[in-house]
Amino acid sequence: MKLIKNGEFVEDRFATVGDEDDLPDGPVIVSLERWQAEGDALRARNTAIGVRLKSGQEPTPIVEDLDKLDVVALEFPTYRNGRAYSYARLLRERHGFKGELRAVGNVLRDQFQFMVRCGIDALEVGDNITPEIWAENAGSFSLYYQPAADGRETVLSLRHRLAQRARERAAV
Amino acid sequence: MYRYDEFDHQLVNERVAQFSGQVARRLSGELTEDEFKPLRLMNGVYLQLHAYMLRIAVPYGTLSSKQMRMLAHIGRKYDRGYGHFTTRQNLQFNWPALKDVPDILKDLASVEMHCIQTSGNCIRNVTSDQYAGAAKSEIEDPRIVSEIIRQWSTFHPEFSFLPRKFKIAVTGTPDDRAAIRVHDIGIQIVQDDKQNIGYEIYVGGGLGRTPMIGKKIADFVPKEDLLAYLEAIMRVYNMYGRRDNIYKARIKILVHEIGVEEMKRQVEAEFAEVRKAGTLHLPEEEVARIEAYFQAPAYESLPDESTELNKAVLADRDFANWVKSNVAQHRVPGYAIVNISLKPIGGTPGDCSSDQMDAVADIAEKYSFDELRVTHEQNLTLAHVRKKDLHAVYEALKKHDLATANINLITDQIACPGLDYCALANARSIPLAQEISRRFADIERQHEIGELKINTSGCINACGHHHVGHIGILGVDKKGVEYYQVTLGGAADEKTAIGDIVGRAFTEDEIVDAIETIVTTYIGKRNEGERFIDTYRRIGVEPFKESLYETH
Ligand code: HEM
Ligand code: SF4
Repeated sequence: MKLIKNGEFVEDRFATVGDEDDLPDGPVIVSLERWQAEGDALRARNTAIGVRLKSGQEPTPIVEDLDKLDVVALEFPTYRNGRAYSYARLLRERHGFKGELRAVGNVLRDQFQFMVRCGIDALEVGDNITPEIWAENAGSFSLYYQPAADGRETVLSLRHRLAQRARERAAV
Repeated sequence: MYRYDEFDHQLVNERVAQFSGQVARRLSGELTEDEFKPLRLMNGVYLQLHAYMLRIAVPYGTLSSKQMRMLAHIGRKYDRGYGHFTTRQNLQFNWPALKDVPDILKDLASVEMHCIQTSGNCIRNVTSDQYAGAAKSEIEDPRIVSEIIRQWSTFHPEFSFLPRKFKIAVTGTPDDRAAIRVHDIGIQIVQDDKQNIGYEIYVGGGLGRTPMIGKKIADFVPKEDLLAYLEAIMRVYNMYGRRDNIYKARIKILVHEIGVEEMKRQVEAEFAEVRKAGTLHLPEEEVARIEAYFQAPAYESLPDESTELNKAVLADRDFANWVKSNVAQHRVPGYAIVNISLKPIGGTPGDCSSDQMDAVADIAEKYSFDELRVTHEQNLTLAHVRKKDLHAVYEALKKHDLATANINLITDQIACPGLDYCALANARSIPLAQEISRRFADIERQHEIGELKINTSGCINACGHHHVGHIGILGVDKKGVEYYQVTLGGAADEKTAIGDIVGRAFTEDEIVDAIETIVTTYIGKRNEGERFIDTYRRIGVEPFKESLYETH
């Protein structure tokens, strides 16, 4: 397993721990259930903390906690299950989450660009993924018709600017 | 019609480059078929019973002559000299070689075409009324909003892995030719009392093994908010649609399980948020830019009556029949809408040879402002023909076996590919449609019977829309033997209805006679000038049951 964060292959500082596991030292990612049961104790540890949402666990229960979380990990049980794309956009665009939004599970190269567009900035990928594969797939398309969480300029806005420039040129 | 600007072009070219790389990796063995499958399915490449199939998008069914000629060329060069128009206004090639697909995509891209949104669990190619821009009662050309939706939904990062495929249809007239109530979302263009244009929204229609008629969830969504409203529906569906069972994954099941009121409440709540964020607010400038592409062509001002036409109708009985069934009223005086039947007697519904495609392209160029439509009933339409040219158009079509005078008649059937192409089929569809077509070949008799739509599917997946045929035929399997179950009274128009099962299924040897019996019963019971569907609605299924089963 490799972690890509903001396009760089990086060391994973976080340990993902199961509900029955003892907590190791250092940053951890726990399940929603554990966060809800042990949130205060977890915060008292004074290390970075993340919550992992399964597909079907929408972000609503952690919306009030977002400023306390460093990571929200979103599970893609199979690449075909696209629920978490909506969770990602809601977390970024509606709830203003500024921390790390991490895709975990069946994260395939063909989905990189969609994930990034939805506001995911960290991806746990298979060991076969290289920086070249990342670069090729995260940049398959250079234009976007619809606005999303990445705030990239849309075709609509490009058209608008083009038309404006043409008008200005016509005016001089 | 819409023309690509530099941005549209670039996106399609990037997609071609991406998929060409993927095909190369498959051919070199770097990708296994399993790994390749999701990639090809994002690019309209399916694996059928015998070969790969390539599905090409015809957004909202509109084609230029140039595009049609390119399809003809591809059919000739890479396939067996023909293509197949589908119930979703698309075109399929049944026999392309995988190694040729990148070249085919390049050829397509050169005429602003592609296979995007023709497969996978994404928002599919939007479908619309084949009479767009020409229909008499049209409130607004539905292609404007269809194109806006096409762009918004193309490679949508949030909605490319939905629980299931997702289909949107738009109509701009109260009489519905786009079957909007059997789509995941149906959009009816409406006008409020201040002449503002907006959209009535239906959700949760669909066929397949659980047919459902779409329910209205909005009476009037203003133009500038349409994308925000659609995004709200999609988000609710993406988050709450079922993913545990592919047969329960369409939005119709969600709407059915939570109820239309709850669906509406969730959508409205989400819509309020999306609208507040403002990023999907549709600027007037962009609407105007797209509107400009769909401006009316340069019609001549003509008298509504054409003496040439009237003379030809009197002189040529076959032509008169053709005018009666295949020509529809146009909103501009002196013009008419021409439907080209792709249902010759004994033919495969929707098939069109490359030579026929070229011929139709030439006719469209000469007589109909260089533009063509594909219909969801698997025919073609010339939207703007001068009445005085109708006879010439008819003669030109006749030369290519394209002048069958059967639009909306009993031999104008929809049929799924069935056992000839599809591994899921219980029964043959195309050969049955052909047999029915031959039985009712007599054009005079067809006209005497009048409007009657027969739809056939080879299995419960309902690709042939059997539920909404006036007569629906469904292939079923009983202990390894092909049987056909018949439904009556279905319709896909503004009075959409799911047909009623008439009784025990028929064998291959009985089915055509059974259709004959249904027709005879109808003729015996109909009032003067009454269509089959209206007679059925008046008298119900019983008289048909009686005549079908009394002798068996
Ligand atoms: C290899 C097998 C299959 C073949 C050859 C086939 C063929 C077709 C064709 C030609 C269309 C029109 C396509 C278009 O232009 O978009 C279609 C539509 C459709 N197919 Fe299939 N299909 C197959 C499998 C399936 C399966 C497995 C399902 C469902 C589980 C299914 C459900 C449908 C539905 C619901 C439609 C659309 C009807 C509508 O809403 O317009 N098909 N199919
Ligand atoms: S209805 Fe059934 S038999 Fe016909 S094409 Fe669809 S899946 Fe195949």
